[in-house]
Amino acid sequence: MNSERSTIIRKKDLSLWERMYIPEIVKGMKLTIRQMFAPTFTTQYPDERFQPPASFRGRPVLVEENGVERCVACGLCSRVCPALAIEVQAGETELGKERYPEKFEINMIRCIFCGFCEEVCPEEAIIMSQEYELAFTKPQDALFGKDKLVVPIEKVQTRLNFLRANR
Amino acid sequence: MNIIEPLVKIALILLINLTTVAYLVYTERRVSAFIQNRVGPNRVGPMGLLQPVADIVKLFFKEDIVPTAANKFVHSLAPLISLIVALSTFAVIPFGNTIHLFGRDIKLMIADVNVGLLYLLALSSLGVYGITLSGWSSNNKYSLLGGLRSSAQMISYELSMGLSIIGVLMIAGSLQLDKIVVHQGNYLGGFLPAWNIFLQPLGFITFVVAYFAETNRLPFDLPEAEPELVGGYHTEYSGMKFGLFFLAEYANMITASAVITTLYLGGWQFPFIENFGFSPLAVSLLQVAAFGVKVALVLLFFIIVRWTIPRFRYDQLMNLGWKVMLPLAVLNIIITGFFILV
Ligand code: SF4
Ligand code: SF4
Repeated sequence: MNSERSTIIRKKDLSLWERMYIPEIVKGMKLTIRQMFAPTFTTQYPDERFQPPASFRGRPVLVEENGVERCVACGLCSRVCPALAIEVQAGETELGKERYPEKFEINMIRCIFCGFCEEVCPEEAIIMSQEYELAFTKPQDALFGKDKLVVPIEKVQTRLNFLRANR
Repeated sequence: MNIIEPLVKIALILLINLTTVAYLVYTERRVSAFIQNRVGPNRVGPMGLLQPVADIVKLFFKEDIVPTAANKFVHSLAPLISLIVALSTFAVIPFGNTIHLFGRDIKLMIADVNVGLLYLLALSSLGVYGITLSGWSSNNKYSLLGGLRSSAQMISYELSMGLSIIGVLMIAGSLQLDKIVVHQGNYLGGFLPAWNIFLQPLGFITFVVAYFAETNRLPFDLPEAEPELVGGYHTEYSGMKFGLFFLAEYANMITASAVITTLYLGGWQFPFIENFGFSPLAVSLLQVAAFGVKVALVLLFFIIVRWTIPRFRYDQLMNLGWKVMLPLAVLNIIITGFFILV
């Protein structure tokens, strides 16, 4: 029974004072009354909004640099996505990167915010933003196309800095 | 005898009682929130003060489901019993001294029964019928278990409650609640008000613990222990019938506080008020206010205890009732008798 990995904790018998129960109740009540005047942790949500830290994984977005998204439509994110949420269709472009996503769609009902897409992306083109207000009234609303996904780089700079710092 | 006067009193007390119930629920939610470092309801109206109204409206509009296998009549009767018993206990509680208004003396209690204490005991044990019947009539095992527990608990704690009251009875020498309060208007050694809490602290403790068990409040809320019995006796209740149980529970709490105040905390006595030289009317009003403040404090005590102490296990409950409370209550009688003889 007394193997190396387990230690036996022997409970001390309660003293008579503790067994009288009433003093212990008073002690407990002192604690609860003290807590009544302690500051609360609640955020008054619609009035006050939670500003997540850079490590927060909100909805995935596509980074836009110099007016064009970084994505080269390699399809790695779509391949790695465990929830099969991403659909990429590649197209050719005159730009230096040669390929671009003709269609990029993330189904936000499927996405589980794992961040694998961000991790696998060779271009740092898809990253997790700090947006967390994702409520829809229709399933169709949850299909985010390029219009919703592409955001300018300035808006996601904190996350990019975080990623560089913790690579 | 004038019929208007008691009717007005009844209406007033009902009104005050029901409003207090509504706001007691609100207070309980707020206080529990503060204890847990939360905020509690604060959206409906200023500081959430209209929350009780919203709650009641919600309860009224909920569907009232009666299980097919239930005994319909008893199922509807049970919440009524609970509520009526809870409210009618207030009939004998004096909430102020005789007041002189509109050229007549008005006694500030609905019925000055000369066996007030017995009436109290009788009604408080009747309350268990509501719970037991609801448990039986719902035809649900959880409800039944809740009801059974409630009756067993009531029997065990009724005894020590009755025995602790005997101490008060011996000191005051009367079953009339008014006389008991008047008797607490004296002073011990000229500075301490002769409230029964100071005269018999042991009896006070046993009485309060027993009354906690009677009102099914935590630590003794075994009849509705959520983790093991779903909702306990009110599992099969919905809509306003559930609301009635809810109302009854809180009305019971108010009654319990009023009874504790009357029997042990000097009722409407305002210590040393005669030394300030107020007019008789002001004195009477201040005494009513004193009663209100005392009841409110006891209610707050009830709430804080609920959020402090975990629930007892069933065997612990029985052990406490029979092996600790009962002997203590008897001991209290012996001690009181000894002091009266000496
Ligand atoms: S965060 Fe995870 S689930 Fe969501 S799109 Fe990226 S890989 Fe898929
Ligand atoms: S977002 Fe990144 S991983 Fe996904 S297709 Fe574009 S470049 Fe490839």
